[in-house]
Amino acid sequence: MDDLLSEFLTETSESLSVLDVELVKLEQNPNNPELLSNIFRLVHTIKGTCGFLGLPRLERVAHASENVLGRIRDGELVVGPGIVSLILQSLDRIKLILSELERTEAEPPGDDGELIAILNKVADGQSVPGYTDGVAAPAAYTPPDPEPAPPPAPVPAAVPTPAPASVPVAAEPQRSTEIAPVVSSVPAAAPQTAPAAPAMPAVAAHRDEPAGAALEAKESAVAAQTIRVSVDLLENLMTMVSELVLTRNQLLQIVRRYKDSEFSVPLQRLSHVTSELQEGVMKTRMQPIGNAWAKLPRMVRDLSLELGKKIELQMIGAETELDRQVLELIKDPLTHMVRNSADHGLELPDERVRAGKPETGRVTLNAYHEGGHILIEISDDGRGLDIVKIKAKAIQNGLATEQELEQLSDQQIYQFIFKPGFSTAAKVTSVSGRGVGMDVVRTNIEKIGGNVELKSRLGRGSTFVIKIPLTLAIVSALIVESCGERFAIPQISVVELVRASQNSEHRIERIHGTPVLRLRNRLLPLVSLERLLRLDREDGKGTENFIVVTQVGTYTFGIMVDRVFDTEEIVVKPVAPILRHLTLFSGNTILGDGSVIMILDPNGIAAESGELSMAENQAVENHTTSTARGDEKTTLLIFKAGEGGPKAVPLSLVARLEEIDLTNVEYSNGRPMVQYREKLMPLIPCVPSIVMGTEGRQPILVFADGERSMGLVVDEIIDIVEDRMNVELVAEKPGFIGSAIIAGKATDLIDTGYYLTQAYGDWFMTGGPRLTGPRRKKRVLLVDDSAFFRNLLSPLLSVNGFEVTTCASADEAMTLCEAGEAFDAIVSDIEMPGMSGFDFAEAVRRSEKWSAVPLVAMTSHTSADDMERGRQVGFNDYVAKFDRDGLIATLTETLSMRGAQ
Amino acid sequence: MSELVPAGKGRALGKMSAAEDSRQFVSIFIADQMFGIPVLLVHDVLGPQRITRIPLAPPEVAGSLNLRGRIVTAVDVRTRLGLERRPKEIEGMSVVVEHLGEFYSLMVDTVGEVLTLAGNDFERNPATLDPRWREVSQGIFRLDQELLVVLDVDRLLEFTRVESA
Repeated sequence: MDDLLSEFLTETSESLSVLDVELVKLEQNPNNPELLSNIFRLVHTIKGTCGFLGLPRLERVAHASENVLGRIRDGELVVGPGIVSLILQSLDRIKLILSELERTEAEPPGDDGELIAILNKVADGQSVPGYTDGVAAPAAYTPPDPEPAPPPAPVPAAVPTPAPASVPVAAEPQRSTEIAPVVSSVPAAAPQTAPAAPAMPAVAAHRDEPAGAALEAKESAVAAQTIRVSVDLLENLMTMVSELVLTRNQLLQIVRRYKDSEFSVPLQRLSHVTSELQEGVMKTRMQPIGNAWAKLPRMVRDLSLELGKKIELQMIGAETELDRQVLELIKDPLTHMVRNSADHGLELPDERVRAGKPETGRVTLNAYHEGGHILIEISDDGRGLDIVKIKAKAIQNGLATEQELEQLSDQQIYQFIFKPGFSTAAKVTSVSGRGVGMDVVRTNIEKIGGNVELKSRLGRGSTFVIKIPLTLAIVSALIVESCGERFAIPQISVVELVRASQNSEHRIERIHGTPVLRLRNRLLPLVSLERLLRLDREDGKGTENFIVVTQVGTYTFGIMVDRVFDTEEIVVKPVAPILRHLTLFSGNTILGDGSVIMILDPNGIAAESGELSMAENQAVENHTTSTARGDEKTTLLIFKAGEGGPKAVPLSLVARLEEIDLTNVEYSNGRPMVQYREKLMPLIPCVPSIVMGTEGRQPILVFADGERSMGLVVDEIIDIVEDRMNVELVAEKPGFIGSAIIAGKATDLIDTGYYLTQAYGDWFMTGGPRLTGPRRKKRVLLVDDSAFFRNLLSPLLSVNGFEVTTCASADEAMTLCEAGEAFDAIVSDIEMPGMSGFDFAEAVRRSEKWSAVPLVAMTSHTSADDMERGRQVGFNDYVAKFDRDGLIATLTETLSMRGAQ
Repeated sequence: MSELVPAGKGRALGKMSAAEDSRQFVSIFIADQMFGIPVLLVHDVLGPQRITRIPLAPPEVAGSLNLRGRIVTAVDVRTRLGLERRPKEIEGMSVVVEHLGEFYSLMVDTVGEVLTLAGNDFERNPATLDPRWREVSQGIFRLDQELLVVLDVDRLLEFTRVESA
């Protein structure tokens, strides 16, 4: 079934069950305005959604019901059992149509004229026998006709409980019989709905009515088969099950010591049940990876247009399931990598033809399970990585010297593309090539205990292989010992175990004290855990004979340990805050025997033991010295800008150091800016006296605050030092915090906040429209309480070139306003819980920051009165909710009008 | 600890209310000196424990231990106070306290009884006290036979902030 449709069905079914309950409540408290407005809003949303999806029959019924509710809300009708029954009947009709929709994916033909006519009559204040409870205006009240003209169903007004909806059944008897098998074929529905029943006594009572069977038929099978459970609850369950598994392991270990214990049999059972429970809970968190891929075909299609390439995206194994937490975390890296493959990997069509390849390039995604892990391959048949270019770039960026590069294997050289700020794309495109991303991709994947491998052949294409654990909750780890201390190494990084001894073929050799091992005609660098962790070895006790061959990325090394125990399933727990700075450990855990054990982080070990560059080693050393006792020190970036002494800024505030090519600097409204990370980044000179040339390169410090970034133009970056930041003289110049002695020199500390407000505070607000270069997307804020609408509209708006931010309520939107977010336009729903659209518009107009932002109301409420009220409170325009094209047109028009002002 | 008023005046002592002019402390001994930890801060008192050493950790961190399924970081109070390591013949005990949502096990020589001390026996730290001790001491109680140093648990674990900064 179409995702959109099934989402609609789920959401609407939920709304309908809420409505059932709420209506009954309303009947008992007819004067509760909150209840009424909630009911009104729900019906209104259903109507709007139906309109959007092009479901006229549903929409008409919902619309007519909404009218009646509207009159009640306006105080023109009085709530009573008759009207409630009528509304419930309409809801039943909606349910009936929905169930058919669910089965056939199309709205069934049929006529609801009769029902609508009654609804309309009631709305108009006319008396309809059996349905009219009273009209507010006493003059319009007519007592029920004693001899009713053929009523559609004998629903006596006196029945206080919601009347069984025999109307729809009578009107369409053939449908209910058709529907019955659907339900009976879903036996699972019964136990699942049962627990929900006590929470909704009204509904339960409803089912006991004679017509219960018919009603049951209208319960959406989709809704009945699934229940929504909060993620927190599942997480909690998962943690508890993990603990249970650990306790089980502990018990098993104890029982192993006592053979033939009477505990062993029940424990076996407990063990089985626990395993099954664990599996079951895991399953609740599993989602097909296809969910993370859903947006890719669209993106690739857009990319192919933008880049002028022919791209085919092949997706294999979309049904492969993995933990939803992991899924969330790999979504962005995956998108980025596919984009990279399409942009960098694939050649232009004519290039491909010249290379003797088919014109259409192919990007393949392949996901599959392999031993507790999930592997995702992203491959392209493009040009492959160019070693020569990477080398040149590495030297240019100062990542390595030529001599160092000589010693590296091709695989190691490929790793440079994972370094920050590294891009070999000759041209920076809007898509990629700014050297941002692959480093983030790798970091994100490693964060969840995964790794990325890269294979590439020049002219044949590249393949990235992401290996990630199925779940983050429990990992299996190898327990090793060194100097009498035990440690856990995550199994995912362990390739093999080698036992070395003086007379076997595997012998630890040393080159100037550095241990290495010959392993299958290769020299494997070795890391001594004893030395790395500075463990004390008691004299003559054990030697590091075992080698755990470990792989991080493509870097393979051996960890030397004294002993290797077996593997254990462990639950990774974060270490105490005191120990967070120890990069060699990824966490700690409690073993089966109850002892605490530290979990080694292979990534940290690789970094510490000298993967790739010398610079990294340096950083690690700095880090360790900083952890020694001493005063609080800050890492400061020292630079020169204008006259006077050196200036400094805490390095943690700097997002990135860049050198920009001055030919790329563009001027808009006299302000310099540069295209950076697919956006325009304003450049602010650190002191006014800095004059940027027109060519050559200029160092800048990039500050990022949320979505925005700005470049601070400086003359020269001098050094990074670690020192105390004791401001001794408070500055009077704006933009400076004060002066301090740093590295023995008087240094001015700059105030980053000042520059950020210079770049954005007044500049973007007042100069907003003028700033709009061809690339800057208009930012639109979409406020709608219905998740369905938000999901529906935000892609629609993005496709039309808007950058969309969504809010589920007006309050949420006002929070953004207070947070200083800026938007070019706001589109808001009118009917919302809490602050309504009208109140929201007033609040926006009153606000300082958003008072001038165009506001578009989006609603299916388009009476002249409403439009007038909308204009009064500050909406610039009105769009019907289901008029998608109208919305786009209005937005474009509103924004272009403002741009021209 | 500037909020502490010199003793004798007695009343507005730190967190003490005027109505309840006495406080309860768990007494502990380190190198024959008596210390006190406010009783409400103490979660557990433990005998000798199996502690997993944590390589590369700050010297004050003795390791971590399993307290009923929770991993607790053990802090050696002797090291924190600049004293020598505990001699082998003393087995050692621990007092588990909570600090910023995490549990810490303070390793001391022995744990004594709970003492109820009157506010007017309280004195400010002598000005001549070793700065390292002054940093973690809230003040001194004059007992009949000896003096009790009130440990400021938050400050005692403060070194963590320096380390992780």
